Amino acid sequence: MRRTLPGLTGLAAVALVLSACGGGGTTAASSDTPDHASLKATLTWWDTSDPTNEGPAFKELIKRFNAEYPNVKINYQSVPFGEAQNKFKTAAEAGEGAPDILRAEVAWVPEFAAAGHLYALDGSDVLTKNHYLDTALSSDVYNGKTYGVPQVTDTLGLMYNKKLFKEAGITEAPATWADVKADAKLLKQKAHVDGIYLNSGGYFMLPFMYGEGGDLVDTDTKTIEVASKANKDGIRIAQDLVKSGAAPKPDANDSYGTMMTLFKEGKVGMVINGPWEVANISKDPKFGGFDNLGIAPVPAGSQGAGAPVGGHNYVVYSGMDEKKADAATAFLEFMTSPESEAFIADKLGLLPTNEAAYDLIKDNERVTAWKSALDVAKARPWIPEGGLFFGPLDEMATKVLVQGADVDKTLDQTAAKYKADVVPEYDLP
Amino acid sequence: MSASSAAGPGVTPGPVRRGRLRRTLDRHWYAWAMVAPTIFVLGALVLYPLVRGVLQSFTNLTETNQRAEVCSKTLGGAQSCTPNPDRWHWVGLHNYTDLLTGERGHFWLLLGNTVVWTVACVLLHYLIGLGLAVVLNRNFRGRSLYRVLLIVPWAVPAFVSAFAWKFLFNPKFGLINSILVNLGLDPVEWFNHRWTAMFAAVATNVWLGVPFMMVAILGGLQSIPSELYEAAEMDGTSPWQRFRHVTLPGLRPVSSTVILLGTIWTFNMFPIIYFVTGGQPAGETEILVTGSYRAAFEGLRNYSLAATYGVLILALLVVYAAAYRRALKSKGEVW
Repeated sequence: MRRTLPGLTGLAAVALVLSACGGGGTTAASSDTPDHASLKATLTWWDTSDPTNEGPAFKELIKRFNAEYPNVKINYQSVPFGEAQNKFKTAAEAGEGAPDILRAEVAWVPEFAAAGHLYALDGSDVLTKNHYLDTALSSDVYNGKTYGVPQVTDTLGLMYNKKLFKEAGITEAPATWADVKADAKLLKQKAHVDGIYLNSGGYFMLPFMYGEGGDLVDTDTKTIEVASKANKDGIRIAQDLVKSGAAPKPDANDSYGTMMTLFKEGKVGMVINGPWEVANISKDPKFGGFDNLGIAPVPAGSQGAGAPVGGHNYVVYSGMDEKKADAATAFLEFMTSPESEAFIADKLGLLPTNEAAYDLIKDNERVTAWKSALDVAKARPWIPEGGLFFGPLDEMATKVLVQGADVDKTLDQTAAKYKADVVPEYDLP
Repeated sequence: MSASSAAGPGVTPGPVRRGRLRRTLDRHWYAWAMVAPTIFVLGALVLYPLVRGVLQSFTNLTETNQRAEVCSKTLGGAQSCTPNPDRWHWVGLHNYTDLLTGERGHFWLLLGNTVVWTVACVLLHYLIGLGLAVVLNRNFRGRSLYRVLLIVPWAVPAFVSAFAWKFLFNPKFGLINSILVNLGLDPVEWFNHRWTAMFAAVATNVWLGVPFMMVAILGGLQSIPSELYEAAEMDGTSPWQRFRHVTLPGLRPVSSTVILLGTIWTFNMFPIIYFVTGGQPAGETEILVTGSYRAAFEGLRNYSLAATYGVLILALLVVYAAAYRRALKSKGEVW
């Protein structure tokens, strides 16, 4: 009984949602329910989530899925995130070895879709029955078709150590970069720790650019905007934080890991990072649990706050046997149902992509703390070349933050690199 | 396949040539049959990819433009295919001029790094390996134990050592900096500067590569007849003189081979740079092979650019090997 109970509640919940959908909902539900057992397929799923922290929760979801669809076997394979993109492309191009379903990072979707590796899901139940957040779904749309559904969305926010803030006499989270600088000074004087660790990754420079109203490229006019005045102003703010001592000089190699270690050990007061680290930070005994973790939107620049949208999508490989399609969409529908996403949010603190899920997790502070950060999130330019933006940006961040290079010159070089290597058909302004 | 069809219908050989060909085939057919598999495998594994790579370097082939048409499938059976407007085409020497003029990538920076990296590694490998081999060539207690211990680094997979050394050099949490601090010195931000990062990579590779040199040179040392040393001793030579005039010339055949091999290996030593420095800071310690890898596998795969790197690397190594051989020949070495 103990085992079947969650399954039964899940089933009841799904039935509830289906009927709540209205329109043809009632007929669909009645015709769907007996269908569940008749669906027979074996689906391979490459999960790229962290196998120790996140994997078990997804496996638990698969168990619940099987309680409803006993004849759909999910062949769960954990693939390291860093390797999955290349592995999938190699397999898809070779025409064998690719999984039926892949958990793809948001920037991969337009790239895979442009190469013809993905099924468009337009018209299938999963898109019509579940309602996803617009920004989260935006990364799945390429050339007017939808090639996936969002599994998890995320963004960057300011995370801080409440205990250290108290020691420094700071009462509320800094709202602008100027506040960050002032607070860092207090942290140094009174709590004797570094203010903020800015890791030298290009992705983490985006809040500085967005804060001044900048962006990387303009896809409408096809121009490269990475060296715009707004971006230069934003990067100058970041550089100033390091030069003024508010942030320690980051390390060129593995600065993300260093940032996390220092923050978890309470040696730095603030970091810019995302919800995917919440569970990890709260678990660390040296940090002092989730209660000690403050979460706020990224600090604002002169044009307001802005953080990039990240996250992961479920996509279906176009080489998959068409006969498995119903099972695949049923699986995606189940995995992104409000209940499943609420379960994941409870377990891991990841942000749901299904609007209805937010109603179910109203009391989950780990997630609601991010809602305000999510409100200032900005969709990135979703073009196939999107994954190439970050190589030159990483280089720029290292040069500016670690080596103290001239901001104007470095960003001009980045723009030239975009022209040469990333989007040659775009114009430099 | 019979002998007559092997001559091919395309050729129009005169009666004399055909006769001669048939005669050699008749007489040596078994030899041809013996080498045929080798030729076939070499052709499939070496020649074909090589030719293809060279051809690709004259195109603008990437992951996105390789297909003649782009197909998009919708669940439910619909499929629409459109001809690819950006289909790859021949661009001549465009890739080469782009790379060599610095329009794309940092070829000269990478080449400079590769040369520094190779020279430093091979020099240290050879000198340290020679020193250890000379020490181990004497008789002393526990010699075989030392030999085994000194071979250990070689047995460890390269990427394991790379990660271990990367951690040792970690500026904040690494052992090396904590030793420096305990000695009263300033910690070094190893990966924040081009040459300190390069130093870290070279140190790792030296640790990895010395055992091979040591074993090879030890073998060479043991092949030098001891009579030569005895004769030299009778003549009243100093140890240094014996080393210079007996040991070194005796080692020359081994040395010339291992240095050539070591150079080619180190030139193309991918994992150390990739895992230890990751090209940091800002790509300043990238070498040619890691640059080629990034062109080929990071983001959208740029096959043509990676092939261009590959051809340039191959060309450099061929020129080097030829020059090296020539230099040896002029000293009377034959191989």
